[in-house]
Amino acid sequence: MTDNNIDNKTATTGLVAELQEFRDEVITRYPKKVAKKRAKAIVLSDPETPPEILANVRTIPGIITQRGCTYAGCKGVVLGPTRDIVNITHGPIGCGFYSWLTRRNQTKPVDENDSNFITYCFSTDMQDSNIVFGGEEKLKQAIREAYELFHPKAIAVFSTCPVGLIGDDVHRVSRQMKEEIGNGINIFGFSCEGYRGVSQSAGHHIANNGLFKNLIGRDDEVRGSLKYRVNLLGEYNIGGDAFELERVFEKCGIHLIATFSGNSNIQKFENAHTADLNMVMCHRSINYVAEMMETAFGIPWIKVQPIGARSTAKMLRKIAQYFGAKELADKVEEVIAEEMIPVEKAREEALKRTKGKLAMLFVGGSRAHHYQDLFEELGMATVAAGYEFGHRDDYEGRRVIPTIQIDADSRNIEEITVAQDATRYKPRKTEDELKALEAEGMEFNEYHGLMAQMEKGMLVIDDLSHYEMEKLIEKYHPDVFCAGIKEKFCVQKMGIPLKQLHNYDAGGPYAGFKGAINFYKDIEMMVGASIWKELKAPWESEDYIEATFVY
Amino acid sequence: MLLRHTTEKEIDRKALTINPAKTCQPVGAMYAALGLHGCLPHSHGSQGCCSYHRSALTRHFKEPVMAATSSFSEGSSVFGGSSNLVTAIETIFTVYEPDIIAVHTTCLSETIGDDLTQIVSKAKEEGKVPDGKLVIHCNTPSYVGTHITGYSNQVSAFVKFFSTTTPKKRNVVNLVAGWMEPSDMREIKRIAKIMEARTILFPDMSGVLDSPLTGKFEMYPPGGTTVQELIATGDSKFTIGLGAYSTEDACVKLENKCKIKFEVMEIPIGLKATDRFITSLSRHANVPVPDELTKERGRLVDLIADNSKYFYGKRVALYGDPDTLIPLVEFLLTLDMRPVYIVTGTPGKHFDESMKELLSKKIPEAKYKSGERADMFQLHQWIKQEPVDLLIGNTYGKYIARDENIPFVRYGFPIADRPGHNYFPHVGYVGSTNLAIQLLEKLLDYQDRNCEEEKVEFQM
Repeated sequence: MTDNNIDNKTATTGLVAELQEFRDEVITRYPKKVAKKRAKAIVLSDPETPPEILANVRTIPGIITQRGCTYAGCKGVVLGPTRDIVNITHGPIGCGFYSWLTRRNQTKPVDENDSNFITYCFSTDMQDSNIVFGGEEKLKQAIREAYELFHPKAIAVFSTCPVGLIGDDVHRVSRQMKEEIGNGINIFGFSCEGYRGVSQSAGHHIANNGLFKNLIGRDDEVRGSLKYRVNLLGEYNIGGDAFELERVFEKCGIHLIATFSGNSNIQKFENAHTADLNMVMCHRSINYVAEMMETAFGIPWIKVQPIGARSTAKMLRKIAQYFGAKELADKVEEVIAEEMIPVEKAREEALKRTKGKLAMLFVGGSRAHHYQDLFEELGMATVAAGYEFGHRDDYEGRRVIPTIQIDADSRNIEEITVAQDATRYKPRKTEDELKALEAEGMEFNEYHGLMAQMEKGMLVIDDLSHYEMEKLIEKYHPDVFCAGIKEKFCVQKMGIPLKQLHNYDAGGPYAGFKGAINFYKDIEMMVGASIWKELKAPWESEDYIEATFVY
Repeated sequence: MLLRHTTEKEIDRKALTINPAKTCQPVGAMYAALGLHGCLPHSHGSQGCCSYHRSALTRHFKEPVMAATSSFSEGSSVFGGSSNLVTAIETIFTVYEPDIIAVHTTCLSETIGDDLTQIVSKAKEEGKVPDGKLVIHCNTPSYVGTHITGYSNQVSAFVKFFSTTTPKKRNVVNLVAGWMEPSDMREIKRIAKIMEARTILFPDMSGVLDSPLTGKFEMYPPGGTTVQELIATGDSKFTIGLGAYSTEDACVKLENKCKIKFEVMEIPIGLKATDRFITSLSRHANVPVPDELTKERGRLVDLIADNSKYFYGKRVALYGDPDTLIPLVEFLLTLDMRPVYIVTGTPGKHFDESMKELLSKKIPEAKYKSGERADMFQLHQWIKQEPVDLLIGNTYGKYIARDENIPFVRYGFPIADRPGHNYFPHVGYVGSTNLAIQLLEKLLDYQDRNCEEEKVEFQM
């Protein structure tokens, strides 16, 4: 692959000045206080010295936001993809209903006896009497009934808004029921009431804490190959992404112990501490687990980005470098060489239609960054991007973490103190080995953030509002806009195709090598779809000449 | 198997709902508010509620669904959401410029006891509501009733805030639309038009949630009942409520407020419910039934007669909302089908009584259940105990249909995996014909695909 093919600079020259203007213009519409806040959330990227961006702060009431709630981040995102936990939503029916099968977390039970509760929705369906008199008894009974019906290995309880307000203690109830049911069942609760944070992000953190406290490290048995044992963190198997990455790892002889949490089961979580390397994919939603596992068990973590074929290859080379085995490095190169043949073929085909086109990405907490790799491969420039629930470190890099002010909303979230495990802490690499790897260019505990990748002067907007989105599109007419379901049809009404990067428009996988091919094809199809040329009826066009009958 | 843990053995559940046949109030309020022209629904609660409701409605309609939120934080949950709502009102009128904001509550703001009347007055006093702009509100606690209750509460709020009686009575019939598709509303308006009946339909999502793709996004599309029309409902002669659960409360409120008599009937799905609707509209609007409608009826009867052998005796399981299930069951009986299992998560006596009346003689083996724990898990267990030939309900049914290999017709909310429901109606004679054809298609496709080769028929 030559870099000439993917040089987008020419496509964006001239845009930069306009983008600056855009920021100044768009905020004039807001009430003063709102404008002040939004001005800090809209910045122009500089990969050398990323500017400070206002992120992970409350959305101003009334702003039409992409964001969801803490419950969605905890139950929906992090715990949702695990197939053998009975996830009971403690609350009125809605929250459980809306998070039922709506995130496309695929899972593949190993055989017909394996559990899979992902297709089910479990709820205590709280009624007004439960709000008035408390819902703990109903929750206990619901847990008993779930056990009687399904005999699961684990039950997790998720709190919704009213639960926190009326003071139901889901943790106590979980402990009591664990004792009552016995039989080795694991029952644990999450205080993930929707109002707890400013977005889904708080829910990720709460889920990470719960994973660490209740699941990770409960099973010490070392299974399978002792070589090249890794975990993949922050990969949720949307559209089968985890399946593709599992395939690639297996082909390379890399032993994947656990994925958090795509296509996962309880045993994988419990056994995850037997891996020798943690790879963080979605930094936002899972970096806490990586940190805690390093402190407790001595497993180093690196940031990976297996979205895009070149980025996937880069990840594999990093793994080989970490383990320092020639056998693995050779195998990885062999796999990359083989996989890249169809990838390049598909890319060249797609480039004919995609090269020079413009993309905008406003989604999630890592996808707005990762998918820029795929657009680069397609010769498309990302001229504006931002996260729905990212923090400053996701934009500016982890180096800013010590300078981030902890506000009231972050303080709400439990910080658990993790210490070295007395018996199981085992540094996977000596200090010298780590230093040597760092000298070779490997980076541990590091993420440089979205802005490090974006061209200087491109727009970066946190928590994009509907108004800003409309203005962006009116002004720049991108060839494809990436966001979620709520934005999808607004944008398409404007005649611009929208690629959903939460659910992939029922497509995917987009990770790994085969994923890249799928993405090239889908974007090529979108930007080239015939229907976008048919928005006006013939009689609505300017050169339509009205004919009249002459009698 | 997709639902591999479902077995035929039932236990007496008292607390756990599994695979609900309902969702919560606010989404219904949001849907109904979209049927008011120039209105931006507003969810007073956590961001997640608004996000979930917009997503659910968007997946179903594949259309923009605009709504704002009070974005509660922990602080607002402790100290009350008053300042959030006042700020929201200011932000919305400045940035998004609707004519009306329709605020609904959530379980969060209800539990902390926010008083919307007081908060909205405060916003007005502080000058946050520009002249000529309106803020209306309703209470939709998620822990009472279901999405249908929320819909009903929003529709009642339209009456409460707008319907006004003046000395000048008009020969107009109010039609209160229960939870149905925009296509259904469009069809009801078409029927009224060809009858030359003067009507006001509210709410009206046609033109809002089935808008054309033009290259221009319109935040407030041309559809929706206007405020002027809603005010005028107070001078109408009569009100017909379509669907007891979603419209009766509004009808009662309108009678109390403006002394307008009303009749609540089923949503006109199927032959008989349509007969009753047309008869009632003809009577109250004082217009004859045009031949055109009689012909439409005749075509529906013709279709059923031509295909009766394929309908006859087929066992059907249904789940969804009571206002559509009741006329659907009645229609299935007209087709000589056997609706044997019916569940709705929405509680209320009317459903149970209607089922008893419709089914006790004709289908003595029928099982039906409403309210808490009347869920799709139980319905599936019944199907496991004794199978059915057809399943009718929202997209969540596809998992049962695939596991049990049952023909499946999508009906209700949400339908997240097929388009068309907001384009083609299921009400009136034309809509019922459309529905009967859908049922037939599924039954006949199933037969074509599953029968022995020598039994494949060219002509059916």
